[in-house]
Amino acid sequence: MTGPVRVTPCPDGPLLVRGADVVTDEDGTDHPVTRPVVALCVCGKSGRRPWCDDTHRSIRRST
Amino acid sequence: MELPTPRGPVSAHVVHALRSGDAFEPAVAASADVLGDDAQVALWVLLQLHYRDFDDAARDAEWDVGAVALRQTLAESFVDRLRGLVTERVALARDAADDVPGQVMAMIGAADGPSLAAYLHREATREQVLSFLRQRSLYALKESDAHSFVLPRVHGSVKVALAELQYDEYGAGRPDRLHAGMYAEALVAAGLDPRYGRYVDEVAGPVLAVDNLISVLALQRRTRAASLGQLAAFEATSSLPSRRIAAGIERVGLPRAVAAYFDEHVEADAAHEQIALRAVCGALVAAEPELADDVLFGAAAYLELDERSAVHLLARWRDDEVVEAAS
Repeated sequence: MTGPVRVTPCPDGPLLVRGADVVTDEDGTDHPVTRPVVALCVCGKSGRRPWCDDTHRSIRRST
Repeated sequence: MELPTPRGPVSAHVVHALRSGDAFEPAVAASADVLGDDAQVALWVLLQLHYRDFDDAARDAEWDVGAVALRQTLAESFVDRLRGLVTERVALARDAADDVPGQVMAMIGAADGPSLAAYLHREATREQVLSFLRQRSLYALKESDAHSFVLPRVHGSVKVALAELQYDEYGAGRPDRLHAGMYAEALVAAGLDPRYGRYVDEVAGPVLAVDNLISVLALQRRTRAASLGQLAAFEATSSLPSRRIAAGIERVGLPRAVAAYFDEHVEADAAHEQIALRAVCGALVAAEPELADDVLFGAAAYLELDERSAVHLLARWRDDEVVEAAS
């Protein structure tokens, strides 16, 4: 993909990332981006990190 | 696909008119219970004319004046009925937040119906999971097609965001990731028939109503904002349930390929939820504030009908268990 990578934070939610080819997680593992826009986990609780799986919603509900 | 089996006089009339080529009589719908199986089958058939052919229809009736008049009689009565059913959901949501994304999320948070996904995750038998896959097939085999009808009816950044969402639903350039195609593969892997409309005769009226709502709102320009509210409520109630459904599919021992469709929706819909809430609905209402109530109506009508379909299917499946326990 060419062009700039754009990052959009969502209130109480993930980061939306557009234009990225690869996301490298904190262990140094590369995760290829296969969608035009991906949601990156910010809460740290996703079961699919680095991707958001909406787990933040369950956390918010139970607190 | 073939025309479904009628479930009463209105659907019998529609099926007869299509099969024979005889004229449609819009007055036939006047006294129908619009949420009942008969009216919903009739409406479903009339709406399908915009998506697919019926192999056993005598002619192409997509824009037949009588067919359109009958469809609109049913569609308008359906939408009117729903407006009455969701007044409270809309009022509560409007007071719960000061922007549309927050209001839709508040509406979802306040919904307290039973969870079909939780049942499929923990309790459903293999046959009930297969039944769920058949019930879901009408929507999923034309997944996202309804909202493509909305694209020319919105503008600027809203159009761009909706197109971005649709592009992902349509595989993002990869035919093997077309969501409707992934559902067909899931059906095949489960030993089911992947042809569109194959299972319509066993699809429950309340499930047909959800599919019909999605089409009705998307096919009318004046309900475009309601269609996008419906889309946002759908996307925002998909990611977490999809994970549970995938786990239930694996629990009953169906092949991994069956769960793949639902796995795909965990990550995809976590992103689509944000796009639909903010870049689609939020931006639409920022540009045209008078559409806010329509967005909320679409979200509320979807949540209402989705809840009714879950209640219906859970009751049906629990009855199965009673019958099995007694035999």
